[in-house]
This record gives sequence, structure tokens and C-alpha cells, in this order.
Amino acid sequence: MIELISSMVPDTLAAHAPALLIAIPMLMAPIAAFMPSGRIAWILSILATGFSLVMAIVLVSQVQSIEGGAVISYAMGGWRPDAGIEFRIDALNSMILLLVSTIGFLAAIFSWPTVLAEIREAKTAMFYSAYLVCFTGLAGVASTGDAFNLFVFLEISSIATYVLVALGASRDRRALPAAGNYLLLGTIGASFFVVGVGFLYAATGTLNMAELAIRLESVQDNKAVFAGYAFIVVGLGIKAAMFPLHQWLPNAYAYSPSFVTMFLAATATKVALYALVRFLFTVFGLEFAFEGSTLIWILMPMGIAAMIACSFQAVFQTDVRRTLAYSSVAQVGYMLLGISIGTAAGVSAGLFHLVNHALIKGALFMALAGVVLTYQGTSLQDMRGLGRSSPWTMTAFAIGAVSLIGVPLTAGFQSKYVLVTALFEHGWWWAVAVVMFSSLLAVVYMGRILEAVFFRAPTNPNKRHKEAPLLILIPLWILALANIWVGVQGGFVAGLADDAAASLFIGGAP
Amino acid sequence: MLEFILERGNYWAIIGLMMIGLYIAFASTNLIKRLIGLGLFQTSIILFYISLSRIDGGTAPILFGKDYKKDKGHGEGYGEAGDHAGEAAEHSAQAADAAYGAAKAYGEAGMENVYSNPLPHVLMLTAIVVGVATLAVGLAIIVRIREAYGTVEADEIRAMDLEVAIAEAAADAEQGKAGAV
Repeated sequence: MIELISSMVPDTLAAHAPALLIAIPMLMAPIAAFMPSGRIAWILSILATGFSLVMAIVLVSQVQSIEGGAVISYAMGGWRPDAGIEFRIDALNSMILLLVSTIGFLAAIFSWPTVLAEIREAKTAMFYSAYLVCFTGLAGVASTGDAFNLFVFLEISSIATYVLVALGASRDRRALPAAGNYLLLGTIGASFFVVGVGFLYAATGTLNMAELAIRLESVQDNKAVFAGYAFIVVGLGIKAAMFPLHQWLPNAYAYSPSFVTMFLAATATKVALYALVRFLFTVFGLEFAFEGSTLIWILMPMGIAAMIACSFQAVFQTDVRRTLAYSSVAQVGYMLLGISIGTAAGVSAGLFHLVNHALIKGALFMALAGVVLTYQGTSLQDMRGLGRSSPWTMTAFAIGAVSLIGVPLTAGFQSKYVLVTALFEHGWWWAVAVVMFSSLLAVVYMGRILEAVFFRAPTNPNKRHKEAPLLILIPLWILALANIWVGVQGGFVAGLADDAAASLFIGGAP
Repeated sequence: MLEFILERGNYWAIIGLMMIGLYIAFASTNLIKRLIGLGLFQTSIILFYISLSRIDGGTAPILFGKDYKKDKGHGEGYGEAGDHAGEAAEHSAQAADAAYGAAKAYGEAGMENVYSNPLPHVLMLTAIVVGVATLAVGLAIIVRIREAYGTVEADEIRAMDLEVAIAEAAADAEQGKAGAV
């Protein structure tokens, strides 16, 4: 199917795919802002994200056209990479781009009913504009090969995100302090990242990531490089909600508009985690990141602490969105654990789980958006008896929940299996026990919700036999079926993750 | 030792400003003051980059004297390269290469005067724009917070949210009982 779509794209478009993927949503954003009605802005955002999806598919097929993965270097504006800004797409970038644009496209389709219900009508056009800006930023982070440009795209997406989170205020005023908090921490994270890049620039004199990787090898003992390394890990750790730096996440997810929660949960932290992986493995290189410093003793305990502490916190939440938010932090812990192994198998497992978790949380939050739309509440009490009144929505929710727990034949099982295999190969059998324990906690917190949904009599008097609208149901089921498809026949996604991990380990430089 | 410390006065100032900014951003309960701290923090980063760009004896990176005349000759080359750049993807790459090569050759040829590094200045222009945008969004959010809560003190807002959360939990528990009966 990938070949079919990419063969239909004209050559001139395909040659400029890396730039167009970013440029079209970016240009559409101001146009959408001036549209007289939100509906037109909505259609524009579907078109723009759909176009980006096609471009991402083209990029994936271009990267896969060579055995072991090609590296596409696109010189922005025709400037040579070492003089201008380079867009560099390898197997890892193309995987993240495919993920972001797929989720962005599905999210754009499903958004209309929930946006209509949760955002004031005069603001809908602006809302879609902010969404497109956010999408642009995330796609930009995933494709740029320039360290400072990465910061700019990170801030483009983050500033749009703060606005989107704050728009939840029309439903619950607590969205405002949540957005303020997120702004404060997010900006500090990004600023830390810039300081780190500054140190690297001072030590090497370049900002191009591939060039940085080469020049850093000769200045590995430089104290400025160590300082830059620490600043970058902490800065990106805040953005990726690494365990002790995740305080902004639960409130931001719980009070923002449903559509925003779904989009952020599936993409924003994933892209920040990609940036972290890119810096650890490509820029600093395996030896520096894992042996020259003590990274392994930071990432691994953080991952394990997240898996246990945040799973426990998830168990005690009464609001389903908060449960899922804490579970997100715990799942980031799985990815960090995989990455901290530092072998190709481990990184591949971490990246595989990254994609699967986006599919899982995308499906879960989309189903919740349907619930919010029809019943106005997401507390555990509100969920009671929903299995009978809206079976289609809740079946998809259940598929996502089962996948999150990691039951065989679902995506969650596949990636946990790969992760456990990688852990055994590395001799970390005790970490396997932690993974099992954390999965048991997932059974508890998702089990509570599923029990309320399917085995309790409804208590909420507002409940009618009301399904979420088709516009929500179709993307929701696409994601739910994707979970099963990856679970039964995970070859495609696992292959992408393997290629991506392999591209990180060839020779150190990309 | 004293010399070592004094020579790096600008870096000590940057570290001091950065820490003060971070402290205000975290310790203050007033949201406006938090944003001020954030602004201070970001400004210290701008100073940091500008310090990096300094070269001993260097002047502002604007060509003058003999360098300027040299640049004029090369400038035409630039313009030609730019014209070709539009034609096609391959051509543009070649033209850019040519332009870059010209720029590099002329950098290596040596300059009459010493200039400081312009790149960090350019980067910081972008960072200033990002900082302004962040500050604007932050202030807008604080305005909305003031409208919704009637205060900009973080601890008062937290106390109000806690009350709401407790009331919600109580209502939920009651509903739960009703459901059980």
C-alpha cells in the first residue's frame, strides 16, 4: 500500500517531500485563522494533515527503497547543510513522521463534534489554526537535522499547545492553572535545551547534528560538553515527561479539551522522546552517553520509578482521564527502560512501544472524547453502565485498555514481549519482574474502569442510549483495529522500529 | 585564582541571573512574578550566547574598509548564484554550493579586520521572538486566570481547586452509594 500511494505522487512533490510536509500545514495555519466559519477551517486542517500524511508515506518509501534504510538530506533553500539548515530523514525520522501525521490526520477528522461541543463557536477557526501550528512544530522536530532549529520547532509546537490546553477553560476553569504550569515548566525545559546546545556550539562550532556527532568525538573530555549533555537531557526530559519531571502532565491532560488530550497524549511526549533518543545516540554517540557518563544509572532508575510510582498513582484516581494521564507517564517509563539498555534490541523495543503507546492512548482518549460529548463527565461513576448504552464506543475503549495491559493479540503485548526479550538478553531479569508488576498494576487500574463500564448498572441520570457520532467512531475504530493488527501481525511496525534502531547504531554518525 | 574568576565576569553574571530567574519562577506564588523570573532566565541565556560570539579585538560583524570592497566582488557572484537557485532543484544545489564555496574561499583568504561571530546573534534574534511569544501567551493565560479565579496567587488558586476536588469526590461517593442501593 505504501508503494501504491508513493507511486501516485508526482516526482517534483516527492523530491521536496521533507519541506512540503512542514510547509503546507504551516501555511494553512494563518489561512485557517481567517476563515469565517470553523467548518472551513476544519476541512482545511484535514486537507493539510492529510497531505502531510501522504508526504510522510512518500518519505517512508524513499527511506525503505535502499536495504538498511536510506538517509534523505534536504538542504533548506538550497544552502549546503554545513552553511544552512538541513532536513535529515533517516529510518527513525520517517517512522516518527509517519506516526505524527497519521495521528494528526485521524485527530483532525474526529475533532469536529468534540470541538463544536467544547469550544466557543467564534473561536473554532482559531482553534484549528493553533492545532495546525502545533502539528507543524511536532513534524518539524521530527525532521530537522539542525540542533537550534529543533529548539525553534519544539517551541512552535509548545506555545500552540499551551493555548490549546488553556482552551479547556470553557468546560473547567482548572485548565487555566494547568496551562500556566505547563507553560512555566515547558519553557524552562526548552531553555535548558538551548543552554545545552550553546555549550555544544561553544565546544564544536557547529549546530548541524550530523556534524556535531563527528566533531564531538575529538572533544569528549571537554567539561563544556558534559555540561551541555546534562542540560539537554534534563530539558528534553521535562518535555518528554520523564519521571520526576512529569508534574505538568496529569493536570494538562485532565482539563484540556478532549481532542487536545488525545492529540497530545499520542504525539507530543513521543516527539520529545524522539529528540532525546536522537541526541543520546546520534549526537553524543553510544560510548559517550552510556560509558563516558553514567546515563544508564539515570535513565533506567527513572524509567522503573515511573513504571511503579505512576502506576500506583493511576490506581487511586477517580477521574478516568487522570488515570490515563498517570498511566502515560508510566508508559514513558517502559520506553526509557528499553532505551537505557543501550543495545539495538532494547532501543528497538523502546521505539516499538512508543508507536504502540501512541495507538493505544489515541484510541483510549478518542473513546473518552465520545463519552465527554454524550455524558459530560469522565469520573469513574460517570463511566458506569456505558457498555450497555454505547457498546461501539466502549468496545473500542476496551480494546485499547486490553492493549494497554498487554494481553496477547494486541499491540501492547507485542512491544512488551520485545522489551522483555531484550531485557533477558541483557541479563536484567529483575527488570522483567518490574515490567510484570507494573503490568499487573495496569490490570488493576484499567480493570476498575472496565468493571464500571461493563458490569455496573448506570447511575448517571443523563445517560441515554447514545453512541458517539460516526465522525468519532470511524477514526476510533481505525485506531482500535490498528492495535489488533499490530498485535496479530506486528511485522510492519516492528520492522520500522528495527530499522530505526539500526540506523542509530551504524557507525555512531547517521 | 582571583584572575581566573575576574576574567570570566560575564559568565558569573550569567550564572547569577540564571539562578535568580529560576528561583523566582519556582519560589514565587504570584503568577506575574513567576513570568518575570522566567523572562530573567531566558534573558540570561541570550547573554550566554552573545558572550560566546565575542572574539578578542573583534568588532561588529559588518564589513568595512578593504573587506567591504572584497565583498562587493563576491556579492555579484552571490546574486548570480541566487538567480540560478530558482531554476531547478539540482541547479539550486549547485548554485548554493558555488555560493558557499565562494564564501568559504573568501573567509579563508583572510580579512583585514577582526569580526565577532554573527551566528549566535542571529540565533538569539530567533530566541527573543520565541521568548516574546511565550511571555504573551503566559500573560494572556494569567488574565484569564484572574477572570476565572479573581486572584493571581498560585496558593490561593490551589486552595480553591482543592475545595472543588473535595466536593466532587464527596458527590461521587454519594452517587456511588446511590448506585449500590
